[in-house]
Amino acid sequence: MTALLSLDAVSKRFRGLLAVDHVSFAVPEGTIFAVIGPNGAGKTTLFNMIAGAMTPDEGSITFAGKPIDGLPADAVCRRGIARTFQLVRPFPALSAEDNVTIGALLNRHDVGAAQQRAQELLRRLDLFDKRHRRASALTLPDRKRLEVARALATEPRLLLLDEVMAGLRPTETDRMVAILRALNRDSGLTILLIEHVMRAVMALASRVLVLNHGTAIAEGAPEEVVRDPAVVQSYLGAEAE
Amino acid sequence: MRAGLSAGEPRRIAILLAALLAALLAAPWVVNDYLLTVLILILYFAYTGQAWNVMMGFAGQLSLGHAIYVGLAGYVAAMLFTRLGVGPWLGLLAAIPIAAACGAIIGFLAFRFGVAGVYFAILTIAFAEFARIGFDNWGFVNASSGLFLSVKQYGHNDLWQLRGDPTMFYYVILAASALLFALCHLLMRSRVGYFWLAIREDEEAARAVGIDTFRYKMYAVMVSAAVTSFAGVFYAFFYNNLFPEQVFSISRSIEIILGPIIGGVGTLFGPILGAFVLTGLAEALSSSMSAFGLELPGATQVFYGVCLLFVVVALPDGVWPPLARRLGVTKRQR
Amino acid sequence: MPFDVYLNVAIGGVLTGLVYGLMALGLSVIFGVVRVVNFAHGELMTIAMFIAVVSFSCFHLDPLVMLVPIAAVLFAFGYALQAALINRFITRPEYSQFLLLVALGIIVANSLLIIFGPDARAVQTAYAFDSFAVGPLIVDAAKLYAGAAAILFTVALFAFFRFTRLGTAIRACADNYTGALVVGLDVKRLYALTFGLGAACVGAAGAMLVLLIDATPMLGPSYTLLAFVIVITGGLGSMPGALVGGLLIGVTEAIAGLLFTPSVKSMFAFAILVLVLLFRPQGILGRRPA
Repeated sequence: MTALLSLDAVSKRFRGLLAVDHVSFAVPEGTIFAVIGPNGAGKTTLFNMIAGAMTPDEGSITFAGKPIDGLPADAVCRRGIARTFQLVRPFPALSAEDNVTIGALLNRHDVGAAQQRAQELLRRLDLFDKRHRRASALTLPDRKRLEVARALATEPRLLLLDEVMAGLRPTETDRMVAILRALNRDSGLTILLIEHVMRAVMALASRVLVLNHGTAIAEGAPEEVVRDPAVVQSYLGAEAE
Repeated sequence: MRAGLSAGEPRRIAILLAALLAALLAAPWVVNDYLLTVLILILYFAYTGQAWNVMMGFAGQLSLGHAIYVGLAGYVAAMLFTRLGVGPWLGLLAAIPIAAACGAIIGFLAFRFGVAGVYFAILTIAFAEFARIGFDNWGFVNASSGLFLSVKQYGHNDLWQLRGDPTMFYYVILAASALLFALCHLLMRSRVGYFWLAIREDEEAARAVGIDTFRYKMYAVMVSAAVTSFAGVFYAFFYNNLFPEQVFSISRSIEIILGPIIGGVGTLFGPILGAFVLTGLAEALSSSMSAFGLELPGATQVFYGVCLLFVVVALPDGVWPPLARRLGVTKRQR
Repeated sequence: MPFDVYLNVAIGGVLTGLVYGLMALGLSVIFGVVRVVNFAHGELMTIAMFIAVVSFSCFHLDPLVMLVPIAAVLFAFGYALQAALINRFITRPEYSQFLLLVALGIIVANSLLIIFGPDARAVQTAYAFDSFAVGPLIVDAAKLYAGAAAILFTVALFAFFRFTRLGTAIRACADNYTGALVVGLDVKRLYALTFGLGAACVGAAGAMLVLLIDATPMLGPSYTLLAFVIVITGGLGSMPGALVGGLLIGVTEAIAGLLFTPSVKSMFAFAILVLVLLFRPQGILGRRPA
């Protein structure tokens, strides 16, 4: 399996602080890859660099064989990477349907066709009945699924999810996991997610990268990584005796 | 600000529109000369307000220097007419690209360098003031003495030269407003319109879904400027004089935004409603004051200020959205 | 032109610039703490100028003598404005606050127009045409007094912010709104105080400015814009920046008025604004906003 996304010794510095320190990894196409680690480990900074919201100070990021580091966020999306935000950002005054339609218009010039695609995605994400509601009037789990729907409407090859499970109750988490798994299985969508909710990570990811203080301290299959002593010490904690 | 993307109950809106249009078409036969001039003023503000709305209501860019486009276009057309005898419609063809270019310069400078929000508004004010002072001191356009268009015959209406009685001007501005309304309606439902709304709502999120926000903001500014230029040409040929102090003044820019803000930014009907309410009430105020023998310069402006204050404090979305709900023409919101 | 002329004009510009700086300081204080873009700033100054005019023509009170009372009146006005109206707008979007102040500005300016009429009113003090000769330099008395008053007022303000508890509390609000709330500061009252202080600054500047120029009701917008140019050039939220900006603009205007026709000197202020907005939006001494 070829790597869809690969990072090579990527670093980002904020004034004195080295937020991301020479991180390298590769995400094979069609897999679900998770990045975990304590708060402040540099996960969102990493994401922002992939998504084009920030530029790496060192290193390179390659997507589908072409370099994307330094491209602005909209160009990155047009290349096929879609993202969600840690603090959800739907278009508040617009309806759910309009939100997703806007995403769909990236690759379609006909508004009618975009609306149809939007409706398909809303159905898939269990939001069809609420499609006329303003985004600001939706509950948090609904807004999270809305953001996912909007991101999917841009027909990405890679979906970046930034703590999409945060704030969800276990039943909602399971629902989201099921949707993501189905997307990955049915359309081969590659997913890269930042997550704290280990339940979701274990259920979804085929590969996990652990970051701490900006460096990668472990990478591998989920079962191996959670037993890695360095990971246990810095982040997960051991089982109570 | 409201979304207003898809029209509300289509049939009710269509009926409302048809009624309004019929009333406006019949107006010159029914009203006296004074009221006709008031109506022209109302439609003029409805037009400029709608043009401004494209930038603000759709793309979220607050322009407080819109008078610059009116002034530039007016001067271009007036200069061509007085120096070369070129008629206003051809003058318009020259004014549109100049206004659009001006918008492009302001937009480019602002967007390339990340000047947004209130800073952008200040930048637009600075440009308008720069134009005002510049034209006020530029001998080529007669500086502060102003430009005058010859008012030879009022005997017959010359549409090509825009010389004639108020009725002709009325129908011209009515037609322009109707066309602009239709254009905005189309824009709102088009791909560009959706992208503008996204930018207005959350520019960073818009970029995250692949929208080239720089390009679309530039479109909004240029379209708004180009469309506003017609108002400048109309102004020049209707009033037959141009003074930099007046036409580029910040008071003009503020008058332009009052209609949409009071009516409802981002909506289709907002600017029209706002223009009717504002200008109608203002004229009512000044004519009743004249009836009492009070001539207070500045009273109209105080009135405008109070209206703006009231709307900003009590009706932040403008008068149109609550009114639309009353009339039953909003989208079903569940 | 001989160097002397430039120097004299420049010094005049410096002194005027000090007054401008004080006016801009008021704007900076308001923006730095309350985070409201006071578009009615010039109108506040116009009110002060007219109070000075009326005091002078009716009671023969020199504007400099009236400085403190005028500042006090404007303080009260600003305090009331913030407490009664603007405090409700803190959570509203930026353009909403902006438009609120635009509305207030229009009302004030045109009310003054109705009350006083459009003609310019001047204050002709006894020393209006005096000047001091210092070597080759000639300094206008009025400008010198105005500049000196501006310095005194500014020093008093800086001392207030640096050395008093209230001043420190206000600075705390500016730095960290939530933190200030958490330690129990009555933020709304402090905002009102700050707006009052900002208004007092611009009121004092008005009392000084009326010695230098005539008062007209529609003066507001150009001085609001001037204050913005100064504050943005010097650095939004930086108090020393406002002074630096004021001096810069004062001198530039004066020299430009000398080299070109006086009426185009405002164009230079705007040109500077555009350049600053484009290339160094945080201004000379400002910090990039968070």
